[in-house]
Amino acid sequence: MDLSYNETQGMLRETLARFLADTYDFESRKKMLASPTGRDPGIWKAIASELGLTCAPFAEEHGGMGGGAIENMIMMEEFGKVIAIEPWLQTVVIGGGALKHAGGALAEATIPAIISGDAIIAFAYAEPQGRYNLADIGTTAKADGAGYVLNGHKGVVYAAPWATHLLVTARTGGGRRDRAGVELFLIEANRPGITRRDYPTVDGFMASEVYFENVAIPGEALLTGGIDLIERVVDEATVAVCAEASGIARTMVNQTVEYTKQRKQFGQPIAKFQVLQHRMSDMFVEAEQVSSMALMGTLKLDEDAAARKAAVSMAKAKVGRSLKFVGQNAIQTHGGIGITMELGIGHYFKRGTMIEGQFGSIDHHLDRFEALSYPA
Amino acid sequence: MPFGLSMVGPVIYTFGTPEQKAKFLPRILSGDDWWCQGYSEPGAGSDLASLRTKAERDGDHYVVNGQKTWTTMAQHADWGFFLVRTNPDVKQQEGISFLLIDMKTPGIEVRPIITLGGEHEVNEVFLDNVRVPIENRVYEEDKGWTCAKFLLAHERTGIAGVAGSKRGIEKIKEIATTEMDGDKPLLSNPFFRRKVAELEMDLTALEYTELRTLAGEAAGKGPGPESSVLKIKGSEIQQRITELALEAAGHYGAPYFRGFGEGDNEHPIGPDWAHRTAPSYFNVRKTTIYGGSNEVQRGIIAKMVLGL
Repeated sequence: MDLSYNETQGMLRETLARFLADTYDFESRKKMLASPTGRDPGIWKAIASELGLTCAPFAEEHGGMGGGAIENMIMMEEFGKVIAIEPWLQTVVIGGGALKHAGGALAEATIPAIISGDAIIAFAYAEPQGRYNLADIGTTAKADGAGYVLNGHKGVVYAAPWATHLLVTARTGGGRRDRAGVELFLIEANRPGITRRDYPTVDGFMASEVYFENVAIPGEALLTGGIDLIERVVDEATVAVCAEASGIARTMVNQTVEYTKQRKQFGQPIAKFQVLQHRMSDMFVEAEQVSSMALMGTLKLDEDAAARKAAVSMAKAKVGRSLKFVGQNAIQTHGGIGITMELGIGHYFKRGTMIEGQFGSIDHHLDRFEALSYPA
Repeated sequence: MPFGLSMVGPVIYTFGTPEQKAKFLPRILSGDDWWCQGYSEPGAGSDLASLRTKAERDGDHYVVNGQKTWTTMAQHADWGFFLVRTNPDVKQQEGISFLLIDMKTPGIEVRPIITLGGEHEVNEVFLDNVRVPIENRVYEEDKGWTCAKFLLAHERTGIAGVAGSKRGIEKIKEIATTEMDGDKPLLSNPFFRRKVAELEMDLTALEYTELRTLAGEAAGKGPGPESSVLKIKGSEIQQRITELALEAAGHYGAPYFRGFGEGDNEHPIGPDWAHRTAPSYFNVRKTTIYGGSNEVQRGIIAKMVLGL
């Protein structure tokens, strides 16, 4: 089994890694987060138009390089290493993924804008009552002439304050939690009737509560595929955050090892203590499991829906567990300094902790894996 | 008010002079004085005895120079109890003294350290030629380590936090009864429910371990190295409670709510308890680090209890 990257993929990784090393040092990231918009828009522009990386996972007919999930995995892992707050997940993996799978005029029009860096997409899918059930949706899309009218409330929409477009799940029919009747729409973020309450998230992003009040949208905003499409896209996103987690876990291990070599107590570097050596070895082992599961999940994305879901859930549950182990022990091994804003490690821990719950907790995914894999 | 009531208070009533008892104890009881703890230093964490803040005699005063860190609530403190080095020429533990310092003394500077949840709880304290009357030394000169260890054993029993954790678990159950998971309360979710039950089980074991320690104390046995058991289990339970609360919050663990600042009357995002869950989870990582890290506690058990 050949698991090595091809030359182009290796180049992608190199290009992004070099660029992020120059732009995402600890102080620069801190400045970005503290700025009024919570980001530096120039970085996204550079990633898209100067480095041309956004074209990697798109088909050639849309102006892409013909890549896919592997390219997304490579990018997400690099973003994880510097805990970047760029909207790659929302815009390229989720927005781009939905458009690729649905196809049609909307894809023709929007994918080039993603590639050029002009379109930023936020995924408005969660609702306050829904937890991780993608079909637990109260937001309605009522047919109105040739279009629809949206009403409802979406919660914790990452990147919404930066977005030009919203990818929204809404119900055209059926009852709450019915799979039938759930649809996906891509709309401009500034449509009349959309209001937002913006806030920072604990892991450094910006997000919003998004409210739709009689928002008129055209019929072409519908991406055909219903709940099956939504599940596929969320599975792809789930695997993408597993890849991000891989970058985060590796970095936490490296930083912890470096710190214990510098930090002296009892007249010696604390790295000399066997109890810490064993702990860091365990952290390394778990970080390796994260990388393995990110890869496994990525490779299974094209299988049939049941196999894909089982694999993705297995990956995410394992990643959640391993990431928790690595993060908690990274902080513990750093001691007090790990709990302050002054060192990078705490910021990695915060993002890692949010990934544990993103697109479903450990329990949620173990449950889904069991349900799909074992007889009741 | 743990730093006065359960930490320096016992040191003063055990080792202090009649004058010190008369001066400080009533004001600790009444809550007039807020105390902070000057123990850790940037270079002396787990290895506390390597501390370098020094106190030199000058007539009837000590002149104190150095830096303390992780000083909880120093920004509000009236008094601080400090471990300082009075003799650099003897074994580390034998040259330390225990001083009570008025935090308004010239030469003291308190600088905030902001922790991961955005809180300002801890500080760095810089001491630059701070003059402290010799009468503010508790116990003999160079014998402060005795007071320090005595205090740490008391801190460890307090640190178990049984009452707080009981409240924490009740709160989780309350949250999980109202928070829905599909068409059932979250507490009906078998995975979540099992974790709550396990927490309650472990907390009960801790509670009875603490009761046994307290019974020993009532019988005249001071808290000894066994208090490390309380510290280890108590701190881990506190962390698991915040972990479970964050899990209960689901998506709403992510919003960072800046809190109720002056003139700010915005409602938090999501359920009104949810915005505290992530900051608490981050913040409470401290419990296995402070008061002697859990690694240090295991070392104490190995050495002092198991005789290894």
